[in-house]
Amino acid sequence: MPAKSKKSIFISLSLPVIGVLVGILIGSSFPLTLPAQYSQFMSVALLACLDSVFGGLRSALEDKFDNEIFITGFFTNALLAVGLVYVGYKLGIDLYYVSVLAFGLRIFQNLAIIRRHLLKK
Amino acid sequence: MFSLKKPGRLSIIFVCIILGIMLAVQFRTTKDISSSVPFQRIEDLSQQLIKAEKEIRDLTKQNEELKQKSEAELAAKNLETIQMAAGLITVEGPGIIVTIDDSKRVGKLGENPNLYLIHDDDILKVINELWAAGAEAMSINDQRIIASSEIRCAGPTLSVNNTRCAAPYEVKVIGNSKNLENSLKMRGGVIETLQFWGIQISIKKQDVIQIPKYKGSMKYEYAKPIKEEVVGE
Repeated sequence: MPAKSKKSIFISLSLPVIGVLVGILIGSSFPLTLPAQYSQFMSVALLACLDSVFGGLRSALEDKFDNEIFITGFFTNALLAVGLVYVGYKLGIDLYYVSVLAFGLRIFQNLAIIRRHLLKK
Repeated sequence: MFSLKKPGRLSIIFVCIILGIMLAVQFRTTKDISSSVPFQRIEDLSQQLIKAEKEIRDLTKQNEELKQKSEAELAAKNLETIQMAAGLITVEGPGIIVTIDDSKRVGKLGENPNLYLIHDDDILKVINELWAAGAEAMSINDQRIIASSEIRCAGPTLSVNNTRCAAPYEVKVIGNSKNLENSLKMRGGVIETLQFWGIQISIKKQDVIQIPKYKGSMKYEYAKPIKEEVVGE
């Protein structure tokens, strides 16, 4: 049982890393850039996605991983974050910093929980 | 053991690929922003450059012109300018003719009739305003106004360049006729004040106005010139 769980942990950790590497390769091979004024939205979306991925990893380690929740969370989180920041931008409220703070906090929390899980096993 | 069929694996890979693409794009965008000079700054600098280049060209041209001209030519040109400034030659150019006449209004009984006449200070005010508006040459009833011209009351007439002249006074001015006219006509200006007393002022724009030269003689009994040292040569 411990051997199997170790292997599954290894796979579940290596898969995202491989995915990110492949994505970076694809992204850097296409000359895709965003206009400077949209970089704020992009960074918020990026933070939301990072948050979702770390959340997914954590739930995988807790054996609570749900594919649908993960996929829908990934996209809706990013879109909602961008939408909120856009609305804030139109209303003159700096929701950008709020979302950065919220996502940042959650990412660090998830990371801490992941670390604890890895240390326990 | 390793299979992509296991729920979640495929989606994790897919999601992570998207994340990776976003990371790469964001990385490149940030690099672009930090490496590119703001657009406004480029515009400013190019404007400054164009200005500076034009200045260089102008100055080089001026330099060459000055080199080519002989001393005599330069002196002649200087002399002309100085003569023009001193009012020693007749000049012509566009400008305005201001005609000022005494009030036709009959003063009420017991009121000072002097109020309805033109005085030296009225004319001085008009002239002062015109100089301020960029007048280049001026005459009153064909008496050229020069640096030492006086305008003062002489009984019912005015004395200009020690010559009597009577109303109506005709002030000829060479300069930007629009500016000159506006300087007199402005709100609360000279014309408004004078018209309060019924003094008649009319302004006529003309493309060519001739202003005669100063007819008197110039003698300096007390003032003596001092040779000025030219700095930088």
